[in-house]
Amino acid sequence: MNERLRSMASHRLFWPVAVLVVMLAVNTIYRPGFLAVEVNNGHLYGTPIDILRLSAPLILVGLGMTLVISTGGIDLSVGSICAISGAIACLHISQAPDQNSLVTVFTALAMALGAALVLGAWNGVLVSVIGIQPIIATLILMVAGRGLAQLVTEGQIITINSGPYRALGLGHLLTLPLAIFIALGAALLIAALTRRTALGMIIESVGGNREASRLAGIRSARMVFLVYVVSAACAAVAGFMMTANVSSADGNNAGLWVELDAILAVVIGGTSLAGGRFYLSGTILGALIIQTLTTTVYAMNISPQTALLFKAVVVIAVCLIQAPEFRAKLGRRRRGGPPSPSSAPQPQKEEVTA
Amino acid sequence: MTDSRPVLTMTGISKSFPGVRALHNVDFRLFPGEVHALMGENGAGKSTLIKVLTGVYGIDEGTITLGDEQVAFSGPMQASAAGVSTVYQEVNLCPNLSVAENIFIGREPRLLGAVRWGEVRRRARQLLTRLDLDIDVTAPVASYSLAVQQMVAIARAIDVQARVLILDEPTSSLDATEVAQLFRVMRQLRDEGIAILFVTHFLDQVYGIADRITVLRNGTLVGEYPIAELPQLALVEKMIGKELDVLERLEEQPRRELAAVEGGTPFVAVSELGRKGAVAPFSLTIHAGEVVGLAGLLGSGRTEAARLFFGADRADRGEVTVNGKPTSLRNPVQAIEYGIGFCSENRRAEGIIPDLSVRENMILAMQAARGWLRPIPRRRQDELVEQYIKALSIRPANPDVPVRNLSGGNQQKVLLARWLITEPRLLILDEPTRGIDIGAKAEIQKLVVQLSDGGMAVLFISAELEEVLRLSHKVAVMRDREMVAQLDNDDTVDAERVMQTIASGSTRKEASQ
Amino acid sequence: MSTTSLTTGPRWARLPRRHVPVLVTLALLLVMYGIGVSQYRAFSNVQVIFNVFIDNGFLLVVAVGMTFVILTGGIDLSVGSVVAMTAMVSAWLLESGLPALPVLIIALLIGPTLGFLMGCAIHFFDIQPFIVTLAGMFFARGMCTFISDSSIRITDGFWTTMAQYRIGDPRGNFVSVSVLIAFAVVLIAAYVLAYTRLGRNVYAIGGNPQSALLMGLPVGRTRIAVYTISGLCSAIGGILLSFYTLSGAPLIAVGMELDVIAAVVIGGTVLTGGSGYVFGTVLGVLVLGVIQTLITFDGSLNSWWTKIVIGGLLFAFILFQRLIGIRYK
Repeated sequence: MNERLRSMASHRLFWPVAVLVVMLAVNTIYRPGFLAVEVNNGHLYGTPIDILRLSAPLILVGLGMTLVISTGGIDLSVGSICAISGAIACLHISQAPDQNSLVTVFTALAMALGAALVLGAWNGVLVSVIGIQPIIATLILMVAGRGLAQLVTEGQIITINSGPYRALGLGHLLTLPLAIFIALGAALLIAALTRRTALGMIIESVGGNREASRLAGIRSARMVFLVYVVSAACAAVAGFMMTANVSSADGNNAGLWVELDAILAVVIGGTSLAGGRFYLSGTILGALIIQTLTTTVYAMNISPQTALLFKAVVVIAVCLIQAPEFRAKLGRRRRGGPPSPSSAPQPQKEEVTA
Repeated sequence: MTDSRPVLTMTGISKSFPGVRALHNVDFRLFPGEVHALMGENGAGKSTLIKVLTGVYGIDEGTITLGDEQVAFSGPMQASAAGVSTVYQEVNLCPNLSVAENIFIGREPRLLGAVRWGEVRRRARQLLTRLDLDIDVTAPVASYSLAVQQMVAIARAIDVQARVLILDEPTSSLDATEVAQLFRVMRQLRDEGIAILFVTHFLDQVYGIADRITVLRNGTLVGEYPIAELPQLALVEKMIGKELDVLERLEEQPRRELAAVEGGTPFVAVSELGRKGAVAPFSLTIHAGEVVGLAGLLGSGRTEAARLFFGADRADRGEVTVNGKPTSLRNPVQAIEYGIGFCSENRRAEGIIPDLSVRENMILAMQAARGWLRPIPRRRQDELVEQYIKALSIRPANPDVPVRNLSGGNQQKVLLARWLITEPRLLILDEPTRGIDIGAKAEIQKLVVQLSDGGMAVLFISAELEEVLRLSHKVAVMRDREMVAQLDNDDTVDAERVMQTIASGSTRKEASQ
Repeated sequence: MSTTSLTTGPRWARLPRRHVPVLVTLALLLVMYGIGVSQYRAFSNVQVIFNVFIDNGFLLVVAVGMTFVILTGGIDLSVGSVVAMTAMVSAWLLESGLPALPVLIIALLIGPTLGFLMGCAIHFFDIQPFIVTLAGMFFARGMCTFISDSSIRITDGFWTTMAQYRIGDPRGNFVSVSVLIAFAVVLIAAYVLAYTRLGRNVYAIGGNPQSALLMGLPVGRTRIAVYTISGLCSAIGGILLSFYTLSGAPLIAVGMELDVIAAVVIGGTVLTGGSGYVFGTVLGVLVLGVIQTLITFDGSLNSWWTKIVIGGLLFAFILFQRLIGIRYK
């Protein structure tokens, strides 16, 4: 029995799941009706459903970010891409004679998605062809993208009144919010693309050891380019949801800081910022944890900004748990033992910290 | 050379790492005013000895005496403060800072906390003049050649009143004129009474500058010799040693038959293939079923030559034909399409993907060739992986453990399997048996024979002559980044002759003025 | 024997290379100013330049701190939040009746303390600066709203004096006290970077951290120091901002870190570290300020063009840095 527990605890999803369960438990104790779900008008309502619905955009962005981080990169521009794609879609719909026409909505989505793909390709070229560090390359679009989004909306908040578009954020399907299905669909699609084909392994291989991958015949640059495009596409769909939720596009605030939440979700999910192995299910859990945290803070009548305090604690805790240096220092008894020859460059660090 | 008392004496030094005995009872001494070469193949313990001396590692047994005092440094900083300074192979300077600053940073002359830049520049100029180097000390170090950077590093090292200067492979990326320049400085410092410990892989350089040689092999001292008493051939013999008796006892392979494979179109033929700064132009043909050995000491250009065959580095001159058709090998993808595989000598940096499982590491090259859209079906993966785990007796025989958990020998076998799965027509093996235990070594050697009997061409690189001779039909000898000879491996060829070629077959006398 | 032949390239070609980015920024600034003057008559008024300084004094101070961090090859995302937190804490403490001096001291201690802790986390636990300072950003922003959900006005006499006091010439051109403080910070920073061991170690670490270690430089201490300095500069920036707005608002200076990073990069500091000057950062901040002024003067262009232009400049400068090869790693 004990053995079993230990093997469970060593599972990579153990800690994220544990954190989520504890948060849910605390909520239930604080507010016994927390987990209650009721049927109303043929739709399910309740806090758990809300959490799932509201975390959908973050899950989407997180999925793309997972792939980017797996290659050893990072994509700071996703928030801006959310805003741009939402703005383009809303602009097109707002100018159409019939905002409820499905043709209009799909044209809008296609245009916005197309624009996002171009932006993703831009990031991809900067990183894989020109060879700029990912954090800097995507910073450019993070800054300029906000401006582009406002350029599209001309600084206004574009309000639309389109039933089909609204459904992306608030609609229901089979008693559940449509957004949940979209996020789930994207997750399954990406999982299938990476795990049913060899794509996932190849991405992990590039992130794990780029030179060795090159020597094994992998076209590393192509893979790196691809993940930025995928990340942008995910961000675009998330942008649709965010704007559909409020039926309006705000170039300034749509998707603000979602890149940071997404990176956090990925890290909580167990994917290392250094690249290599990636865990889509972990990222989804991470996104749920972040949303639950926000909802919890809301429920306790604390301002959403103050939720950032808790987030800060979670970020630091997760990073410390993952940092090898921290683990080493926790378990360090025999300091100054001989380093093994395989890790020869290590000891230099010691002199400075000592 | 002076005959005073040694400035540095290391006695009975032993040092072990978990599972490895890096140094065993090694003695070493260094006299003022001499250049003392420390020689040995990879893993002989040279760098461990230097690190023990400078305090990077502690010692298990033995004593170090500097001057009259017994010392045990806590690290390179303390060592250099006591007059033992080290200049490493990769120049450890800050490329963005000026020459003057690189020499003095951390100990700049100051007035009330402010760095006195005028003084820094003046003293830097003074110091460099002593090294006979007239350069602009305000220019960033990155704007100078490696040789000058090396000299700046030396200037930094000797500024602290160094009594002992350790030069750890300072010449490995310098060209002949740069080496000459460095040697001039070394001689000058020697004449000023500084004791210089010089590590290099270039034999000519040893005979061009050193006064005395200490040879290490497998962590033990082979001996200390005045340069005049140790001819090159003897040095090579002492470095390589005759430690292969264990393998000799293995099933003796008959001499490889040449006739079977010679004639006909070679699978790959290169002519005057070369890359500036890596390897001088060379020509070589490899037939199907033929094993070509590349012999030579470490740093002789073996790896560099092999990388050109695979497109890992791009050749900047020369021609390649594959199956009689002219082509060029621009990148690994292209080489793999031609059926060429390459096991790098640097398993960690260029071979394994540490996080991925044994299975994934094994199928990686095949998968890359198929493209990501056509994953290898799980059943086929299982078959292949199981087959090679068994054939190469990889331990643990679990395909799903991360490859980083395997021992070096088993990682090597995983890499071999990666390429064997792609059924290559030419397999390049760069030091496939280095750093692995005797048993695994013998298995890999046997495998090479089997593969070539099955019609695969093999380019086999090893520092161990016995191994190269046992396996190869033809041996190409590398020396100082040049291919100096190609010998058909018939009865007239033995280790002695190859060693002679390595030791003397020089066609260019660099820096031995 | 000619030893000079060992150098690469003639002297004239390599000397100015480190200065090229700063010179380009200077040229850009002059061109922009020229455009302004030629298009709008009022632009030539000296007060326009002074206003750029008055409006961006706090940005300049924060950017100076960021220059230290980026020179070591790190990044500090927390600056905007720390600025806001400092202003918020000051406003809150003043509201609760504390006199000005202790408030100043407390407010100026918070930033460096947070910076010091972040530096420690980065150095001792080897966590990426990006993540650590992200957590710092969350923490500081959270503290803002924890103190108050809405903005707090400052009515303290010292603060209002600082806000209104004008230092000017008889013709009516003036600068605020904040501008002088910002200049003082710039001068001290420039001195520290050029003439102290700490400053030189900052450059060395940015150039090659492994070498710096092997050369025996105090890498860990320096790294912690730069994040502390950045925290201190953010705190000073926060005080200046509270002079400027006479309030502490929980959502002020959101996204400021991006402007700051942009200013530093446009000022010629290389994001991978090791190369750049405080003077360049001053120019970078001025470029941002003049862009804003130009767009305000134009009237037909909207504020979002600022972001697009900044993004474009960022791209141009990063590409330019790559092309001329200032990338020592």
